[in-house]
Amino acid sequence: MSSANPLMPQMATIIDITVETPDIKTLRVVGKDGLPFDFMPGQCAMLSVPPVGEAIFSITSSPTCRECLEFSIKDVGSVSGALHALAPGQQIGIRGPYGNGFPVEEIKGKNLLFIGGGIGLAPLRSLIGYGFANREEYGHIDIVYGARSPADMIRKSEVKETWGGQSDTSVYLTVDAEFPDWNGHVGFVPSYVTELAFTPEKRVAITCGPPIMIKFVLQALEKLQFSPEQVITTLEMKMKCGVGKCGRCNLGSVYVCKDGPVFSLAQLNALPAEY
Amino acid sequence: MLLNKDKWPEFVGRLAGKKLLAPQSGGDAVRFAPVSDGEVPMLDFKNTRVPPKQALFPQTETMYRFQLGTEEIELPQLDEETIWLGVRPCDARAMAIVEKLFRWDIDDPYYLKRRELTTLVGLACNEPGLNCFCPSVGGGPASTEGLDLLMIDLDDRYLLEAITPKGEALLDVTGDLLDEVKADAVKEKEKVVSAAEKKIKRTVDTEGVSAGLPGLWEDPLWRRVSAACLGCGTCTYLCPTCHCFDIQDETEGFEARRCRMWDSCMFEEYTVHTSGHNPRPTRRERTRNRINHKYSYYVDKFAVTACVGCGRCVNLCPVNIDIIEILRQVKEAL
Repeated sequence: MSSANPLMPQMATIIDITVETPDIKTLRVVGKDGLPFDFMPGQCAMLSVPPVGEAIFSITSSPTCRECLEFSIKDVGSVSGALHALAPGQQIGIRGPYGNGFPVEEIKGKNLLFIGGGIGLAPLRSLIGYGFANREEYGHIDIVYGARSPADMIRKSEVKETWGGQSDTSVYLTVDAEFPDWNGHVGFVPSYVTELAFTPEKRVAITCGPPIMIKFVLQALEKLQFSPEQVITTLEMKMKCGVGKCGRCNLGSVYVCKDGPVFSLAQLNALPAEY
Repeated sequence: MLLNKDKWPEFVGRLAGKKLLAPQSGGDAVRFAPVSDGEVPMLDFKNTRVPPKQALFPQTETMYRFQLGTEEIELPQLDEETIWLGVRPCDARAMAIVEKLFRWDIDDPYYLKRRELTTLVGLACNEPGLNCFCPSVGGGPASTEGLDLLMIDLDDRYLLEAITPKGEALLDVTGDLLDEVKADAVKEKEKVVSAAEKKIKRTVDTEGVSAGLPGLWEDPLWRRVSAACLGCGTCTYLCPTCHCFDIQDETEGFEARRCRMWDSCMFEEYTVHTSGHNPRPTRRERTRNRINHKYSYYVDKFAVTACVGCGRCVNLCPVNIDIIEILRQVKEAL
């Protein structure tokens, strides 16, 4: 068998780890010669910690960052737990990129409304960074980001200072309940979106978060008169191969690892609601 | 070509040098097993309990080996040429159908390498099983799709039809044992095949099913047909077209391997997220997916039904769930 085996990971090194929240870390990863592969915002990669196993994660860095790939990972399972136990300098396996990515060309010239919840900011951050690196290609950028508590927000200073300081950009933060160190908005993400009353004109909404948040965000956007074509989300699915063979990530006849994970609401409406 | 059965042992002897597998009785079932030197397999069986899909898609396949603490990865040596003797046409057709997926978009190196190394010698069915329904889903008792060579049992002789160059190569090395086909053998073949077709009693009407299934998403039939399901996965493990797999790492001391193994969409763990969320939370959704995948999704993607009518899922389901009956109910609900 040749080295072109698509299921074979290449070795990569963790060069830096940021502790984001009590259960989320951001890993910076390089291949043997720089980036392990080229990719587009919204694509994913399979990370291996031998002999624990392999799992799929969204790439959170923008492809315009050429130094490394970044993954913001929540410690929830065996592979994510093993990744949390690693230190800078240690090696992991990586293969990818997988999936279709966000439609960066189709949304050119549009105002972008990002709606993220918790770790759901991770895939959005790749496109947000890409948008800032290609600022003239996109209109006004709004970012609504919420978490259970201030301590559960990831990339806090980047969101507030770096993104908040960009031209023609507005950042709106919210947490689920009152906290002593929080002076900002309190309330769930979907109701904050309703409150902010975004208009659908020339705008595309891109959302990711826990399934329950996505469900109510979609309802909120519908009430704000967004059409299904104007709403984009990225799905989570259990995956093993990433190349459309192992079978489990199907929605009807499409595989989320190949034809997704990014779908417009119009596309999702035409597929079985099994996500 | 024609092979007199008294020359069968010699024919089998000529295949030596390559690994040979054939159906063999053992315990309560017939299974494919290696044929040792000098042994002559008697092809007296209806079908094997486990389909020969394992020829190309082993139940557990080593993807690569590695040593803990090192970067070295060792790929498995896949270089042994193998002949599977006595493959039923439905099972060979299943392999051709599954190959479409393993070639789709990117090539699966393991499956395709094994196909390259494997010669499939089929045996047409003269005595179809009780729950066989291959003609309803595009096959037949003497279908050649997926085979390299087809043998048809004409009582005291076999009619051998080469389908691919690999099949022709087998006829080349056995040429001196074979006789030219004459008109009487052709007639006899037609008689035998048509008699076999008449013995198939069970049928499925698939017309309109692939297009109609999505519209039955919330139909009460899914609860009805899955009510007795135990979630044991027998239907999928023994299905010649089921091809889903899991990937796991295994260790023994410092030796480790990454392997892939058969998985089943009938298992809860198959789709459950790390968070605990499961897009197919009950057997109703899992049964619905199984039927949709075979009779609608696969048809959408590859223009062929991912069921060859071998009847194993009907024969071996511990609670007698019958895919033919499910499809009858689907038709009724359309």
